[in-house]
Amino acid sequence: MIFLKAFLVGGLLCVVAQLLMDLTSYRVTPAHILVGFVAGGAVLSALGLYQPLVNFAGAGATVPLTGFGHLLAQGAIDGVKHKGLLGAFTGGVAAAAAGITAAVVFGYLAALFFRPKG
Amino acid sequence: MGIAAKKIGQQTYFFHQPPVIVSTAAIVGPKEGQGPLGHTFDKVVEDPYYKEKSWEKAEQRMLEEAMQKALQKANLAPQNVDFLLAGDLLNQIIAADFTARVLGIPFLGLYGACATMYEGMALAAMLIDGGFAEYVLLGASSHFSTAERQYRYPTEQGVQRPMSAQWTVTGAGAMLLARRGAGPVVTHATVGRVVDLGSADPNDMGAAMAPAAADTIVRHLEDTGRVPGDYDLFLSGDLGAYGLVLAGKLVEQKGYHIAGHFNDCGLLIYHHRRQDTHAGGSGCACSAVVTCGYLMQELAAGRLRRVLGIGTGALFSKCSSLQGETIPGIAHAVAIEAR
Amino acid sequence: MTTHWDSLPGEMQKRLYRELVNQVRPRPPVLRNVGAAFAVGGLIAVLGQLIQNFFLARGLTLLDAGAATAATLVFLAALFTGLGLYDELARFAGAGAIVPITGFANSMVAPAMEYRTEGLVLGVGARLFTIAGPVLVFGIFTAWAAALLYHFFLRP
Repeated sequence: MIFLKAFLVGGLLCVVAQLLMDLTSYRVTPAHILVGFVAGGAVLSALGLYQPLVNFAGAGATVPLTGFGHLLAQGAIDGVKHKGLLGAFTGGVAAAAAGITAAVVFGYLAALFFRPKG
Repeated sequence: MGIAAKKIGQQTYFFHQPPVIVSTAAIVGPKEGQGPLGHTFDKVVEDPYYKEKSWEKAEQRMLEEAMQKALQKANLAPQNVDFLLAGDLLNQIIAADFTARVLGIPFLGLYGACATMYEGMALAAMLIDGGFAEYVLLGASSHFSTAERQYRYPTEQGVQRPMSAQWTVTGAGAMLLARRGAGPVVTHATVGRVVDLGSADPNDMGAAMAPAAADTIVRHLEDTGRVPGDYDLFLSGDLGAYGLVLAGKLVEQKGYHIAGHFNDCGLLIYHHRRQDTHAGGSGCACSAVVTCGYLMQELAAGRLRRVLGIGTGALFSKCSSLQGETIPGIAHAVAIEAR
Repeated sequence: MTTHWDSLPGEMQKRLYRELVNQVRPRPPVLRNVGAAFAVGGLIAVLGQLIQNFFLARGLTLLDAGAATAATLVFLAALFTGLGLYDELARFAGAGAIVPITGFANSMVAPAMEYRTEGLVLGVGARLFTIAGPVLVFGIFTAWAAALLYHFFLRP
């Protein structure tokens, strides 16, 4: 059951992005849409609106980039809960550390071992 | 103010002793080799790296080889050539620069975006007819991966290209023009003006270049007093499927009917559906390899007698685009006749 | 007869041309694109769920399982980008390949690979964040701002 919900929610989030890509002006690039998604996810998370989606759809909400924004926002808010103002600076990146480090490490390794095909 | 002796009308030059295209050479990459014109090229390189360390080096190697081949076919050495005119899409035209380094011919680097080959043909004809040169070697190159890397996204990046986007041709074309010799001749050149009707979408080059193409075509016909029926073919460089339609409509609006014998190098070079090239080919090499291969062969075989080639270019940079500037276009027309 | 456009064409001419371009410009195949994005985006989410369940079964906490899942998906995306397959997937699936965290990883790996020819420090090192940079900047900034608002206004 969780798989079906993950499929549906993950798919729908991508559909929103695809519609934005296809129906808006060329000035709205995929990069702009991704920035919108991560920031949007952070905002929804701060308002307490994203966690219910995560509870409902699991990876369907955490795998898309909105989930990354949620991770950052929750981490920063948790940081503030425990450490006060300093936590706003430490919490976000700490929560997202695994994803960021993996991207840097595997990205670097891939650049060492693979050659672009063109 | 007097009018220059060889000028007719506003922007066109007539060559009394028309310079001769004595030899040409075209080298392309694998995708172009698999296209409908695959058999017209001198060489198809299967490896986009051409065994070099980078795509930029591969592009430069192709340009150099095309030029050497054109010289070989004419039985000339670099020392016999008066000028080398060359350009490409890379920053500071490094493919042309490093080729000039090898050949050692007095070098005039050109930048006309995808219109470079035709800009070169116009200039070469003027140098020869003006008595400044016996032989001029001219060429242009582009490479899909070097263009993507510089203007758009890394090649392994996941992107979805819109239907109006074009595919940069990987290859190089070279041409040797002479004051005397055997081959098709360049009778007229119309030097284009930059025209900008407000197109700003970098994924739709055809729309950016069509106004310039139409402007130059109409100017050429006005200046020479010729009619569309005087030409077997109007061949643009890389307007693509939609740019071709737009340019055709704009030319119609000025009272000239060229539809029916108006085609585009970018449309000729690929099987669009099968090769997923969307609106067609683009890049300096597009007009260069189709002109130096297919067009020359059609003229030699007598299937075409008189052609107006119109090189088209979009003049912008990544920076200008991000700063919200529109994309002006340029087009240069050269009239070529079989002899 | 004046037949050429002026160097600075009137706004009228530009507007007319814009209309003409909009008539001629092809429309994207929206239905097909949306279908492909839905299917592939959904499948990648399912893959994420499978991986997360695997880590949960191994005894990791929910938070750690989430982190491990993210790292695994990033690894897979890096591998497929290196093999030259991820861009093929994105050509077909569009947002379905760009929106999941795998797309974020691809956007880091692709420029890193591409600029190897310019060396490890100024090529690979500098380019890792070319496209992922904005995502991190705006994500981290928004999260920080949200935390600040929480600290000053929402804390009980």
